[in-house]
Amino acid sequence: MIEIENLVKKFGALTAVNDISFTVEPGQVLGFLGPNGAGKSTTMKMITGFLAPTSGTIRVCGHTVEGDSLNAKREIGYLPEGAPSYGEMTPLQFLQFIADVRGLKGAKRAGRIDTVISQLHLQQVINRPIETLSKGFKRRVGLSQAILHDPQVLILDEPTDGLDPNQKYEVRELIKNMAQDKIIVISTHILSEVDAVCSRAMIIANGKVVANETPKELISRSPTGRLDDVFREITYAEGLS
Amino acid sequence: MKNIGIIFKRELESYFATPVAYVFIVIFLVLSGALTFHMGNFYERGQADLAPFFNFHPWLYLFLVPAISMRLWAEERKSGNIELLLTLPITMIEAVIGKFLAAWLFTGIALLLTFPLWITVNYLGDPDNGIILAAYIGSLLMAGGFLAIGACISATTKNQVIAFIISVVICFAFLLSGFPIVLEFFRGWAPQYIVDAIASLSFLTHYTSISKGVIDLRDIIYFATLIGCWLYANAVVIEMKKAS
Repeated sequence: MIEIENLVKKFGALTAVNDISFTVEPGQVLGFLGPNGAGKSTTMKMITGFLAPTSGTIRVCGHTVEGDSLNAKREIGYLPEGAPSYGEMTPLQFLQFIADVRGLKGAKRAGRIDTVISQLHLQQVINRPIETLSKGFKRRVGLSQAILHDPQVLILDEPTDGLDPNQKYEVRELIKNMAQDKIIVISTHILSEVDAVCSRAMIIANGKVVANETPKELISRSPTGRLDDVFREITYAEGLS
Repeated sequence: MKNIGIIFKRELESYFATPVAYVFIVIFLVLSGALTFHMGNFYERGQADLAPFFNFHPWLYLFLVPAISMRLWAEERKSGNIELLLTLPITMIEAVIGKFLAAWLFTGIALLLTFPLWITVNYLGDPDNGIILAAYIGSLLMAGGFLAIGACISATTKNQVIAFIISVVICFAFLLSGFPIVLEFFRGWAPQYIVDAIASLSFLTHYTSISKGVIDLRDIIYFATLIGCWLYANAVVIEMKKAS
């Protein structure tokens, strides 16, 4: 379970995240929506322990991220914004490195590496330097790293960005298949994705939660029945106020 | 401890996965050889020692070590990898030490590859190999000092060129603080203990005494403290700057 209480993050005078509270339970896929700069990535960076909150608490599977950060980090698989990885390494070397840091050993290590390689269809590029790969492959290498240790919690910042429609479909299926017993938080700009994979959608604007309900409920708010219109209505109003 | 080893291994392999390692090693060997024979008058001196070789090390390191250290953290920050690295279940200090040790061992490898000079001097004469060994240790310690400064500066910026230039300037200051011209400047008005403090901060003072074959505990403590302080500063800087 992820429990977030009164989370605030300030960068100087700017309040990037302004008093956000929510919980995510196993089996849920939470979609973070919001305009650029709304605070989605900042919130994810705090959940994963990269940034320290200005105030508020975050608990991941019972571990507070600030006090017990190593144990919290062990539970989490994280795809940071832009899917960074070490360009001079091959996907195989990169996954081996992550497996070592994650403490995977022996047959389990080899088995997990094989599994994620086939889950994300990396076989043909496994021995090529990551910097020479296409954007879609780089994103999938980033995803494979995040799910390698079969974590209880997955935090994915724009997991399908840069993928072609077929790859997007596959990644969404992968997320749906993992969703049954895991806690997944994804951020996205693609509203149709929310409807496709998320069990709950949270719209963030100006660092605040402005909507937190199921995609269906969100859609039913609009007379046109389109998520885009709901999104625009909510975030515009917030932007003007 | 185990995590330091994992970070160390990945980092060291990355030097050799790119041309960085080979370019650095070749340039280091060529320059150290050229300086020893041409400017150091290795043959003309007619003495069986490696002083002309080791005397140039501070100046070689001044430019070459920041070239190694500049990428340590600046590249992690620029590529966004720092976010991946610091959300793995490792501590900041493990990451800092692992990366530093990899860079240090790498300069150690380059230093070790100068062994033909040692063979040469043993072939030509009968040098005091104890002094040579001490000088190698001193040189390695000094390289570690330069590297720790460079690693910390590298964490302050995403730009490797800026990291390089600022590291050179700070390393230069640490070298120069032992020079008579600098000390004379202070001697005119500052109390003696300040002059001594400045002189004792110099790489050159400590390196020179070790390279003469005197391994004094104080010199070792100096380099160890210097490395420790700069690495601690390195961790603090990363913590402060990682959001930007």
